[in-house]
Amino acid sequence: MNGRLKRTLALTAVGVVLVIYLLPIYWIVATSFKEYGDILARPPRFLFVPTLRNYAALFLLPGQGLQATPFAARLLNSVIIASFSTVLAIALGTMTAYAFSRFRTRGQSDWLFFILSTRMLPPVVVVIPVFLMYRALGLFDTHVGLIMLYTAFNVSFAVWLLKGFMDEIPKEYEEAALVDGYSRLQAFVRVVLPQAVAGIAATSVFCLISAWNEFAFALVLTQRTAQTAPPYIPSVVGSGATEWGRIAAGTVAFLLPVAIFTFIMRKHLLRGATFGALKR
Amino acid sequence: MTVTLARRRRALSDYQVKMLFLMPTLLLLVGMNVFPLIWSLHLSFHDYAADMPGRPPRAVGVANYTALLHDPNLWRNFQVTAEFVVLAVAAQFLIGFGVALLLNREFKGKGLITTLILLPMMLSPAVVGLFWKLILDPNWGLLDFLIRPVTHASVPWLTNDRTALPALVMIDTWMWSPFMMLISLAGLNAVPRHLYEAAEVDRASGWFKFRHITLPLIAPLLLLALIFRTMDAFKLFDMVWVATEGGPGDVTKTVSVGLYVQAFREWRTGEACALAYVLLVVIIALSSLYIRWLSRIRGEA
Repeated sequence: MNGRLKRTLALTAVGVVLVIYLLPIYWIVATSFKEYGDILARPPRFLFVPTLRNYAALFLLPGQGLQATPFAARLLNSVIIASFSTVLAIALGTMTAYAFSRFRTRGQSDWLFFILSTRMLPPVVVVIPVFLMYRALGLFDTHVGLIMLYTAFNVSFAVWLLKGFMDEIPKEYEEAALVDGYSRLQAFVRVVLPQAVAGIAATSVFCLISAWNEFAFALVLTQRTAQTAPPYIPSVVGSGATEWGRIAAGTVAFLLPVAIFTFIMRKHLLRGATFGALKR
Repeated sequence: MTVTLARRRRALSDYQVKMLFLMPTLLLLVGMNVFPLIWSLHLSFHDYAADMPGRPPRAVGVANYTALLHDPNLWRNFQVTAEFVVLAVAAQFLIGFGVALLLNREFKGKGLITTLILLPMMLSPAVVGLFWKLILDPNWGLLDFLIRPVTHASVPWLTNDRTALPALVMIDTWMWSPFMMLISLAGLNAVPRHLYEAAEVDRASGWFKFRHITLPLIAPLLLLALIFRTMDAFKLFDMVWVATEGGPGDVTKTVSVGLYVQAFREWRTGEACALAYVLLVVIIALSSLYIRWLSRIRGEA
């Protein structure tokens, strides 16, 4: 087999693979723009007249115009909880990563192990005692409760990822600043942080995505007031198969930000997926 | 000069800065993880139902743990989980690695195509489980239509005893083979070109190069990816819960789903805490393996 033929075959295979991975996503997007009849049509319709009705049903209350529908409220909760927990996790994570990167700490690898192991625990295992604790403290179904939990969940990931970024910043810069009379804190804020901005941004996006996608904690710890989108969207299914158009629209509205972030973050995906162990 | 010195004296010492930077994170983790887990260890030795807060926990010794050992349903859940983990991780590994080999060449639009293939693993597993329900629907689902020429009959993927677990494996593979692909691709990229060139001088076959150059060099990375996926698949909850709730019957009831049902549907809180502890030990063993491997690769990089 000559090289050119081999290459053509390989690229054709890449095309097929791409179609397989994207078809399910295309299908849910298409469904979100379909009329009821088109959704249930047999054979499935690839060509159809698109409608925005499903999206309207999701975000507008009939006869009342623009108003907070249950879905809009869940989406807003997701935005609030994911952003606050990300900001907190990043703030704590940056400080901790800096401390681990620059200062000697006794049993440092044990501490790092402990920090990461909290992230590895199955959510269902952690959520049982947290549920009891939150009920006792009045944090059940509150934004604060979920924000705290997501912060704790993400901080371990942030520490690991950010420590890698911090390690890459040459120590000499801060040492020069210290010699110039900066205090350690000043050197951290004025010298290290500006150098770490790219790493902090990448880490933030990963934290944002994992808080946005989280399901098990939200399912158990929220009910209505603080419920996020992931436990809400599937709960709509229960009310009958006729809801598929709306569910698809909700799914697309929910997945779109993550798709955009994935695209922006494409250079850092490897690093994020391996807790900073692999760089490109 | 005196100004600088004065400022230094007022400023925090390195030790103080270190403590200031470490303590908040450690306190948060202790508060949100360690403390609750100690509490649930305590509860695992009690008979307690969280839906009846009026009734205090009653100490029962190790009864919850012995009950676990003799619970046939639990063994069944572990068996389902093991089956799922082996099938899903193997499929993801083979497909992900295969796709990486395909992508490991220069062509136009490579970056974009790679990113598009990675999209599934960034999505919310719960929502992925949901939209696959639509695709797998026996009446109007897309998959049913596509494979009808082969099967000749509609397959109720998620509600049939024989197909439910394979269907979940398929969903998980769609979602996570890109992860394997990502890691494999990184490994393949890191193999120094000159090794292949040297082998070509010796007229080595493609298989020889793969077997003796590529594979040994990327093996540590592949192992890392395998441990990680095994751990993740072992604790899988959200996708399964949304797609099947463990059904039909209990054929897709993984350990995590079983634990959720026990804790928040049947409200057998004490027993659930005991089971949670068993899981905790398994996961900590797996993750210590993972983290040790991670640190090793990190140290070498």
